[in-house]
Amino acid sequence: MSTFLGIPGIRRRSDDAAPEGSDPFGPVPHPDEPLRWGEPFPAAAKQTLQDDQLRRKLGHATRTIRAKRASVVGEVPDWEALRDTGSAIKEQVMANLPDLLARLEENVTARGGVVHWARDAAEANRIVTEIARAQGADEVVKVKSMATQEIGLNEHLAAEGIAAIETDLAELIVQLADDMPSHILVPAIHRNRAEIRDIFRRRMGDAPEDLSDVPRELAMAARAHLRRKFLSAKVAVSGANFGVADTGTLAVVESEGNGRMCLTLPETLVTVMGIEKLIPTYEDLEVFLQLLPRSSTGERMNPYTSLWTGVTPGDGPQEFHLVLLDNGRTDVLADEVGRSALHCIRCSACLNVCPVYERVGGHAYGSVYPGPIGAILTPQLTASSGGMSGADDVNASLPYASTLCGACYDVCPVKIDIPSILVDLRAREVDADRGRAVDPWRAAMKAASWVMSDGDRFGLAGRAATLGHVVGGRDGVVSKAPPPASAWTRSRDLPVPPQQTFRRWMAEHEKDGGER
Amino acid sequence: MSAREDVLQRIRAALGQPGAGTTPAGRVGTAPAAVEVPREYRTAGDDAPGSEAVVEQLVDRLEDYRAHVHRVTADELPAVVARLVGELAPVSGARPSVVVPPGLEPRWLDALPSDVVVHRDSPDAPMTAVQLDEMSAVLTAARVACSETGTIVLDGEPDQGRRAISLVPDVHLCVVRTDQVVQTVPEMVRRLADHPERPQTWISGPSATSDIELDRVEGVHGPRTLHVFLPTIDDATGIDDN
Repeated sequence: MSTFLGIPGIRRRSDDAAPEGSDPFGPVPHPDEPLRWGEPFPAAAKQTLQDDQLRRKLGHATRTIRAKRASVVGEVPDWEALRDTGSAIKEQVMANLPDLLARLEENVTARGGVVHWARDAAEANRIVTEIARAQGADEVVKVKSMATQEIGLNEHLAAEGIAAIETDLAELIVQLADDMPSHILVPAIHRNRAEIRDIFRRRMGDAPEDLSDVPRELAMAARAHLRRKFLSAKVAVSGANFGVADTGTLAVVESEGNGRMCLTLPETLVTVMGIEKLIPTYEDLEVFLQLLPRSSTGERMNPYTSLWTGVTPGDGPQEFHLVLLDNGRTDVLADEVGRSALHCIRCSACLNVCPVYERVGGHAYGSVYPGPIGAILTPQLTASSGGMSGADDVNASLPYASTLCGACYDVCPVKIDIPSILVDLRAREVDADRGRAVDPWRAAMKAASWVMSDGDRFGLAGRAATLGHVVGGRDGVVSKAPPPASAWTRSRDLPVPPQQTFRRWMAEHEKDGGER
Repeated sequence: MSAREDVLQRIRAALGQPGAGTTPAGRVGTAPAAVEVPREYRTAGDDAPGSEAVVEQLVDRLEDYRAHVHRVTADELPAVVARLVGELAPVSGARPSVVVPPGLEPRWLDALPSDVVVHRDSPDAPMTAVQLDEMSAVLTAARVACSETGTIVLDGEPDQGRRAISLVPDVHLCVVRTDQVVQTVPEMVRRLADHPERPQTWISGPSATSDIELDRVEGVHGPRTLHVFLPTIDDATGIDDN
């Protein structure tokens, strides 16, 4: 087995294969915590903003996908009605979660499946490892899944001597490059075709020598590479897009057919599903299977959707395990405002319309969930380990990774009011910081309130501010102000203060007998 | 406490149920307000199932996905199948081969050239994945199709077979009767809801990826070529639609 799997600690293969001086492809070392890595957002964003090429790639990709989405959403006359229904169903699911989970469990079990519960990532990883072990598997094939990324399953399995092979093309690219995904739907959005060719040539083992950078050729190389794995794999691991409580049916939505391969050919299937992925009835699929593909890939329907209910004798895996995962979700659910983040169906439309995401890319968010949804989900999912406690945690800065323009809310197929949750989380972050170390922002606010509460002081301060006119450039903006205003001008320009305050202008005007 | 009890207890705490303790972050939530689910969306299309309008729309969508569409009468179907299968390249051995599910309408195979090898997969003697990989094509029926999205659904009944046979071979020949074509997704889902437990595959064109610079490449792991036959209803082949 010569495939490089991107496992921390065994980077030998890249040393062997790559000539001296050639870089390991991944700019991101594998984090211990998939929901908390790297620098705080402002610092990480500053770094990724230096990368012009990255910005061009993201600009092209997000523009393309935005246009596709807009066109297929535009042709659905009842789109808003579908959004209303989708949103209400999810709200209903959250309100009845204990009952619905029990019903799902009962129905999956009745059809020959085994249901496991996992409080956190470690417990879920242990369960999957034990199932793979019991089958004597040292290799599992994987369908792209956010839940298994969130728990760091691949890294855990690797440490236990089990190779997890990502079979989605983009996930394969990310895995071979020893990289981290930077988008929910198109995880290798930060890679161009030439880079992908280099990654395949150097890391895929059986890639053709003369592999070109034509996307079709690259995809065919991946097809050939994975075909043998599919035909021989004993165990597959997947996530789930939807779990139907009333019937025990699970759904996986995909494009390439790698999902079908994993869900059909191996003898054993393990599905890791967040407890929020439920829908009450089979008929509810008629809503979500309209909302998801159009929002996600901008297609009327994705090429393949697989639905299965427990075990079907003679068809597909004869052993089926469902792992129901909490891992911070109940903390999100406990938040009256933030809980609707759990309605997310992982379409990634909010990433594609976000002016911040488009410029900084996914890695700056330091979580497997980037973009607007990541900015509200990541801090909340990590709340029990301090994800929302102000200056103490890198995740607490994520709610600031937004201009609050509202585009994410407009495209969200289940109408998650991301801007409102962002504002609420910001307030929470400020509260968490109250009474701790001196914070220049709060100090400034305090000073402002002292100044503004007294007319004389306010007038004096205004006159002082006009002195700032001298630091302005000819274009009427201050792009580098002295501290403490430098905190503002680091990422924005400041208009030059006027030569005269309004109060003084008014006073002079009145003296001259001007009209009121 | 078992993980199950623990997680359920946390959920109850998050929903503000009394006596449930707190979530891991030490929170106690509030009970959400009751929700009424509005259902204002379309549950049927403007055109009747099987009408010329929906069949035309299905053809348009399938061709948009670059599937090959054949509008034929039931009488013409065997000859068209025969021509296509006869033209296929053999994957292993010297002759083209086709796998069929156990309950496939036998008439569809009537005109096959004698040099085509036909494998009938059955629950008693299922073919292995490696054997399926050596087939030139698979021929199946379908359960239902949706014209607005260009989706065809297989549900594993004897005329469609288990999921593996329509997945591994590189060419999928699929017969959809025109009376199985509905306009909207809700109409399709409601037909399938009679048997939600059956393993289903929803197919909307050949497999595809846009993972490299959002450039669409068709044919990755599933069948790279999809032929859809749309025989008209009146000479339907007499297969029970359950």
